[in-house]
Amino acid sequence: MWARHLRNSNGRTDNTVYQSRCNASAGLLRCVILSLVLLPVTGRAATVEEDMLWTGGLREALFGDRPIIQSDDIIVLDVPTRAKDAAIVPVSITAKIPQTDERFIKSIYLVIDKNPGPLTGKFQFTPRSGRADLAFRVRIDSYTPVRAIAETNGGQLYMSRRFVKASGGCSAPAGADLDAAMARLGRIKLKVNADVPLDQPIPAQLMISHPNLNGLQMNQLTRMYAPAHFVRHVKVSYEGEEVLSAEIGFGISENPNFRFFFVPGTEGELTAEVTDTKNLEFSQTLRVSANSTQSLAED
Amino acid sequence: MPTKRQTSSAARVSILLLSCTLFALSCAVATSEQEPCSPSAEIVQVADGIYVRQGQAAVVFEGERIANTGFVVGDRCVAVVDTGGSMAEGQALDCAIRTVSDRSVCYVINTHVHPDHLLGNAAFVRPGVEFVAHAKLPRALALRGDLYLERASAHEQRELNASQIVFPERTVATMVELDIGGRVLTIRAHRSAHTDHDLSVMDSRTNTAFLGDLVFLEHLPVIDGSINGWIGELEQLSEVSISYVVPGHGPPRTDWPAAAQPALAYLTALRESVRAWIASGGDLASAQDTIDAPQGAAWQLVERYHERNVGAAFAELEWED
Repeated sequence: MWARHLRNSNGRTDNTVYQSRCNASAGLLRCVILSLVLLPVTGRAATVEEDMLWTGGLREALFGDRPIIQSDDIIVLDVPTRAKDAAIVPVSITAKIPQTDERFIKSIYLVIDKNPGPLTGKFQFTPRSGRADLAFRVRIDSYTPVRAIAETNGGQLYMSRRFVKASGGCSAPAGADLDAAMARLGRIKLKVNADVPLDQPIPAQLMISHPNLNGLQMNQLTRMYAPAHFVRHVKVSYEGEEVLSAEIGFGISENPNFRFFFVPGTEGELTAEVTDTKNLEFSQTLRVSANSTQSLAED
Repeated sequence: MPTKRQTSSAARVSILLLSCTLFALSCAVATSEQEPCSPSAEIVQVADGIYVRQGQAAVVFEGERIANTGFVVGDRCVAVVDTGGSMAEGQALDCAIRTVSDRSVCYVINTHVHPDHLLGNAAFVRPGVEFVAHAKLPRALALRGDLYLERASAHEQRELNASQIVFPERTVATMVELDIGGRVLTIRAHRSAHTDHDLSVMDSRTNTAFLGDLVFLEHLPVIDGSINGWIGELEQLSEVSISYVVPGHGPPRTDWPAAAQPALAYLTALRESVRAWIASGGDLASAQDTIDAPQGAAWQLVERYHERNVGAAFAELEWED
């Protein structure tokens, strides 16, 4: 439902030599232009160079030696090929299989190889989720592979991989208006769209006002440091039964925002519980009734 | 192929262009050689004692001399308003000052943190020069300094090191007046608008204002603060009687409040579209894919900044009730 058109081409071309110039040490602009010059038709192809962090330890640290199938058959990751704003890069994940008791997507990991904390989030779903679709926003301030890895209830891992070029120049990984986010700290909005039957997966949105400071945003130029302060844990349940939970890091954009699905079954209450790194807890509950086109609640 | 003329600047440019073609390097960064100190033609006097070095629309770190920079000559000393995007641009401005005044620089005022306005600061670090900025600028610069160093280093001909990132000594939370001799500059801190730390400079003698990037002309406005705040500030400023305004981007001298209109129209139309998109349940990604730049003014750099603006507006407006 929230999936975007795929913009990435997975065509593989033999451009490893040229792409090797696109390391962090080489000029980004040069890298951009080389990409334009050398890949006019086929789009950007995955290269060994791009995946060096992943193959050189990241994969093993996160998943050990478990096999991972690279495929868009179970989930499809969609990110803009070129991110216009490093602070807010929209990510959406679309599941290709329904959530049934017999077979469902149990977890989705979102990994941004070159971010300071590559594991951006681990999201957990249940059959009650209906569909393991998810949309949210992340911070990306370099050229990096982005991976969504789905783990099924049977323990298989499937990875959908894309490559993002973050551009910007003046955009900081921090949000534009820190004070506005701080002033609203902990305010939560919950929305559902229940104009479909309650035994179907219905779309919902959770918005959390939080600056999501990563503690790395200050630098050695001054002695100013803002300690890390970000949303750590999110749990959404319906009538006491979990539909989505997440362990997330500071790679999630300021004011974390999640779109997801769940199957209400009957009228009832949707509850979101949020904990941040200072152990501040915030929660919100929304009454879901049939044929309400849109509900909304907030503190 | 090589001739004696190779030493002329024209030939040098063509060689640079050739090497650009060969190595796919940016042509825009190939002109940063130190120029002799005679750039009087590069500045225009927009009012008595007020000079502007006009910028040209380009993407930060990809082009040069992007922002309008300028200075005000007082009887006692000179106040600089924004310094340009590099040490070299700051030096060129410093040089231009010497062609019209023998007074020394006493203040460097930064209208906001963006690198095309601020990275020339390093050229003015010397005894007697005080750096002035919005109270929230140090935080913004601390958050972005590393990013600027990284971006600059991506351009091989643009040297930038941490020591060239200059923080203000005097910050303004609401308003201060600076007397530079025979004229008083009113420095006003604005609420979150183009950025969360915009500063404007009003000259008492000529009723001319430097409004920094509160005013964009030609170069598409870029939201890095608050779309609601920005619209509010422009509406309020439009009520103020100002003889001439120096915008952050566009012509060096503009009439007021006419100069506010293009940016105001763009921002207002954008806000309308994004609010409607949010109300219909659409998400940020689809808004960025769908909402086109409003028609009207012939903006430059729409393809680089409009989608970003949609995202920034969306992230702010989705918290409205």
